[in-house]
Amino acid sequence: MIVIEKQKENSDENIMILTGNHAAAHAFRQAKVGVISAYPITPQSPVVEKIAEFIAEGKLKARFVKVESEHSALAVCCAASATGSRVGTATSAHGLELMYEMLPWAAGNRLPIIINLATRSLGAPWSVWTDHSDFITIRDVGWIQFMCENNQEIYDTNLQAFKIAEDPRVFLPSIVAYDGYILSHTMMPVKLENQEKIDEFLPPLNHHINLSDISTVKGIDPVTTPHIVKRPEGTAPGYYEYRYALQRSLESSISIIKEVHDEFARKFGRSYGNGIYKTVQTEDADTIIFAMGSVASQARVAIKQLREEDLKIGIVSLKLFRPYPYSDLREFFKDKENIIVFDRDIGYGYEGVLSYELKAALYSLQKRPNIKGFIVGLGGRDVKTEHIINGVHKALDEFKQGIFTNKTDFLGLELDELSDYDESTYFGG
Amino acid sequence: MVKVMDLPEEEFIYPGTRACAGCGMALIYRIALKALGAKTLITVPASCLTVLHGMQGFCSTKISVYHTPFATTGASASGILASLEDKGLADEITVLAFAGDGGTTDIGVQALSGAVERGTNFIYACYDNEAYMNTGVQRSGSTPLGVKTTTTPEGKLGHKKNMPKILEAHGIPYVATGIASYPLDLYEKFKKARNIHGSKYFHILSPCPPGWGYDPKDTILIGRLAIQTGFWILYEVENGVFKLSKPSARYLDPSKRKPIEEYLKTQKRFSTLTQQEIDVYKTYINNIWAEIKSRIENQDRI
Repeated sequence: MIVIEKQKENSDENIMILTGNHAAAHAFRQAKVGVISAYPITPQSPVVEKIAEFIAEGKLKARFVKVESEHSALAVCCAASATGSRVGTATSAHGLELMYEMLPWAAGNRLPIIINLATRSLGAPWSVWTDHSDFITIRDVGWIQFMCENNQEIYDTNLQAFKIAEDPRVFLPSIVAYDGYILSHTMMPVKLENQEKIDEFLPPLNHHINLSDISTVKGIDPVTTPHIVKRPEGTAPGYYEYRYALQRSLESSISIIKEVHDEFARKFGRSYGNGIYKTVQTEDADTIIFAMGSVASQARVAIKQLREEDLKIGIVSLKLFRPYPYSDLREFFKDKENIIVFDRDIGYGYEGVLSYELKAALYSLQKRPNIKGFIVGLGGRDVKTEHIINGVHKALDEFKQGIFTNKTDFLGLELDELSDYDESTYFGG
Repeated sequence: MVKVMDLPEEEFIYPGTRACAGCGMALIYRIALKALGAKTLITVPASCLTVLHGMQGFCSTKISVYHTPFATTGASASGILASLEDKGLADEITVLAFAGDGGTTDIGVQALSGAVERGTNFIYACYDNEAYMNTGVQRSGSTPLGVKTTTTPEGKLGHKKNMPKILEAHGIPYVATGIASYPLDLYEKFKKARNIHGSKYFHILSPCPPGWGYDPKDTILIGRLAIQTGFWILYEVENGVFKLSKPSARYLDPSKRKPIEEYLKTQKRFSTLTQQEIDVYKTYINNIWAEIKSRIENQDRI
């Protein structure tokens, strides 16, 4: 693991003030993406608007297929990737859900497509604001999933994602997510790297399918059977073997994700924890806040105050959500006492996804830490420092009392303001 | 017109595919690939053609194929073309999308409409067996009036969607209809389409022995009856100019057309048609032809 303690002194050179969306667009430009296909949706749209501008200005020689739906956007990406091009798109919420059919297709096909996701809540009712509901719905389809905390990280993670996805040991699609509005529309300084250095880091794609080479005939994705097929010409795997290979590739990609992160850190002087999660003041901490994206960022503010209360508290900000880094997390948490998880999502009918997945991952530890999950910030509700502080206090109090429950606990609700609130009738809209 | 002896000997489909005996689509596909040749990439959605292409690890054609989910044929072709353009190979390789009527007129209509509206330089061929045959004969938007399917046991209400007309309304440079019973007509149309830049659309009637309920040996005969009765019309529309194709030209004269009953009685799927529905068919066919006649006359006047 390469840790860049002190970020390199940035010269003014190539530092731009960019929104998260534009940081993603610049990463696509410098990754020299060959085919882009997208459909507008808030808050993602500025990614593809910027890309269209780059193409119009001749700064990016890509084909941009302006489709009539996100379903088609990802279908275009799949076919273009299989034909051998470097391919990417961007979307949010309902757009991602409309792509859903094509997501396992891309994974099963082992296509190194990159999606940028400006996270947004799922209707109904309509909301254009952030939460991670869209991001978590695709956790079971075979994609690598990253979550970012700032605009530089969006840019850097995109460049790494292409390299990881296109690694012959991996060949998997990846999604780079960041909170809608909080990052997608907020401007921050972003260092854009020198093109030659990026080209060295990210060589041209050598695709394992490449239909454009018509000298060999390929039938991609024909019907498979539950069993292998033996014929005089050879033996072909069944669906089960293909999907086994997909899972194995996801499992082994964790070490490659770390490797690419380290190579990036050495070359460009920026690191993000170990490439799969980032830690803040965890060395002496017995209590850890576990969160993703905007929520982890807000926790960085909260722990300053919590530390003043003499709490030995730190943060683990999960960067790699899939493949789930259970082994690293188990190692990290083996000596920790308390974990407080803040989920900007719910696995509806159960609890926050980060919370229950972490509980499952740590089940095999000899000494299991106390874990409590909170739901925060759905539909863009502000996640305030005080919410996190109150959550930590409440969790520690419950741990002391020996209360452990999977029942969801929402922070930042304003039910008191609703004099007529009645759970049984709040569904009429 | 091209002669049989002029057709290339090379076959692009290996013998012994998994298509049913007497499959109209298999014949259409064979002719289309002969016309387009080896420098082609194909994309196919879930359909009978997926079955023809065979099981894992093997490909029934000498041309690469990318299988794609049901609704995405137009998008998939756009993706292949975009990548070929990215690689500077778009002028060398023809992109062919081949889908059934369900995949074209129903679930795939959005992606197809988008693709042709963008002017995607590809050929889209719909082989129309007038129902979801691969899933067991359920009605589609292309199933004709009164047809018995597993989801219309009492016969389908309403006529089939006029898909070539819908595609024509997109203002694309080439729309053609076809049928395997007139292979040379089909061959010439694919040859022509290959050299036209932009979106080319084929709608090809594809008799289906198990779905239509007839003896597999009669595929060609039934296709001919479809033309001779005027139920199916062979034509092409090139840059807006309508032209009846030779096999259909003589049926502009209503007296030359065989009675529709001769076509309907050959297939079990029409067995529940009432006399009233047969009369509706007669009006339907007369109206379509009247529209064509007036179009040709107006065109000549211009």
